[in-house]
Amino acid sequence: MTFHVERPRWPRDPRARLGLALLGSIVLLATFGPLFTGDPTAPVAPPLAPPSWAHLLGTTGQGQDVLAQTLAGARVTLGVGFVAGLGAVLLGATVGAVAGYAGGWVDDALSLLTNVTLVLPGLPLAVLLAAWLPPGPVSLVAVLVSTGWAWNARVVRAEVLQLRRRDWVAAARLAGEPPLRVVLVEILPNLRPLLAAALVGATIYNLGAQVGLEFLGLGDPGAVTWGTNLYWAANDGALLTRSWWTFVPTGAGVAAVGLALALLQAGLTADAGSGAPVDTPVARPAPRRLPARDGRSQETA
Amino acid sequence: MSALAWLARRLGLYAVAAWAALTLGFALPRMVPGDPAAALLARLQGKAGPEAIAALRAALGVSDAPLVEQYGAYLLALTRGDLGVSVSRFPTPVAELIGGALGWTLLLAGVSVAISFVLGSALGLAAAWRGGVLDTVVGPALTLLGAFPYFWLAMGALHVFGFGLGWFPLRHAWDTSVAPAPTLEFGWGVVRHAALPALTLVGASVGGWMLGMRTSARSILATDQVLLARARGLPTARVVSAYVLRNAVLPHLTGFGMALGFVVSGALLTEVVFSYPGEGWLLVQAVRAQDYPLLQGLVLAITLAVLAANALVDVLTLLVDPRTRAA
Repeated sequence: MTFHVERPRWPRDPRARLGLALLGSIVLLATFGPLFTGDPTAPVAPPLAPPSWAHLLGTTGQGQDVLAQTLAGARVTLGVGFVAGLGAVLLGATVGAVAGYAGGWVDDALSLLTNVTLVLPGLPLAVLLAAWLPPGPVSLVAVLVSTGWAWNARVVRAEVLQLRRRDWVAAARLAGEPPLRVVLVEILPNLRPLLAAALVGATIYNLGAQVGLEFLGLGDPGAVTWGTNLYWAANDGALLTRSWWTFVPTGAGVAAVGLALALLQAGLTADAGSGAPVDTPVARPAPRRLPARDGRSQETA
Repeated sequence: MSALAWLARRLGLYAVAAWAALTLGFALPRMVPGDPAAALLARLQGKAGPEAIAALRAALGVSDAPLVEQYGAYLLALTRGDLGVSVSRFPTPVAELIGGALGWTLLLAGVSVAISFVLGSALGLAAAWRGGVLDTVVGPALTLLGAFPYFWLAMGALHVFGFGLGWFPLRHAWDTSVAPAPTLEFGWGVVRHAALPALTLVGASVGGWMLGMRTSARSILATDQVLLARARGLPTARVVSAYVLRNAVLPHLTGFGMALGFVVSGALLTEVVFSYPGEGWLLVQAVRAQDYPLLQGLVLAITLAVLAANALVDVLTLLVDPRTRAA
């Protein structure tokens, strides 16, 4: 057995470190910030008051503190984005690994399912699903996972197809190891850098999709999240009354997280390219706000 | 695989995807736990007329007929272009509402995508060829712009340039004071109304195209054929257009089909901000009024449109790229 698994380490790429530091500070703010800002839903001042010393980022159309809403919203939005990203990567990796390892009709069926999900535009599909599920974070996670897993499945399948031809995998198979063990122990550990980059990419996608769905009114309007903050800002006439402070902080937060994740992704992809044990994993394409979805079938790539 | 077999496979995939979307639209209302259809009907009782309730019952699948029969009737109605009747604007057919909004979305999304694609590709090519400020400042700045949600940029732009400076109209797609006729005055109103939403869409998406083209052109620039062309002393314009652009634009075209779904999604949300009377604006109306027939019809129409556009890009790739025909 010639494979080796690298110990988890800090990313070497400076972009990844910068992204990680930025993301870490945002997570810290989201975790501990709300302890100091009080109830984000309580009306504390006249509605649409501009920023002042008492309320650093002003108040919403309901007289709520914008700073408190932004920090509290970060908790839910980041949580949903990350959990849904984890779900999408796990589901995608499972489907991709099974398809790539099993081959035959199993691969044909799963690849068809993957490609169909990839060519269907994400937002309309998510709108349809979200409209029928009870509004809330659990539904959002379900919607995001079911519309976002396919890209990961495609990438993992391609990689597993490569790895299953390797000597150590053949040796494990000949030694009589059960297929599940071969996939879990011999193949998947080699995909760890790839999966890390995939998780970051999926979280970027979830952030945008989630905020978009909630902005359309498909979230729980009573909850405090970044998406509902923008939904209420638009509904309470933020533009008409020129209350920029009701939507600028949330948007800046979304962009800051998106930027941190994009930096992290670029760095991880570079690291994965240089540190992979055997094959250079197929990395996600350029970091956009939403990851590009490849509709091409594998053989033409 | 021959080119035709490849195309047949692709079109087959789109057909399966379209069927999956149709079936999902049928199955979801009948599968969701807790019977939201009954709850919705109960809420609308007294508010909507009996015909509206009947139309809603049909769309939501509140029916005693066997599922297979309902599915057959659903597919049959779709082949006639019958998407049911809107609940919030009873008794207007859903297909009529969607048809009325389609032109505006095609105008806004089509023009923005075209401008963004051409501008982004040109910038990417220039950045790969010359580097300099384009590569170190403009590229990263546009990528940063792309990190913001499309609709949030739209809110910001409307706040500053619409409400603040008053350079652009604030909502709708045409001047209500001018009679809607094919006059120059009316046309100018349409252009003025589309300008700011289109600009924000271009601003949000151009960075992605630029990055893609830059990467693509970089790899072509590094090839021997380009080196030879330059060594032969060919004019720069010819090297760029005949040697670099032709080769670099093809993988880029493939990306066009892929990114379309995202740009359309962004355009839908942008329409909401500008109250631009396209499909996205209709979608938010449907969500707020819980007009499920309209919502389902819209999702279906948008999905089919994106699939059709993908198929078109595939055919185009086949025509433009001789390699796909030879392979």
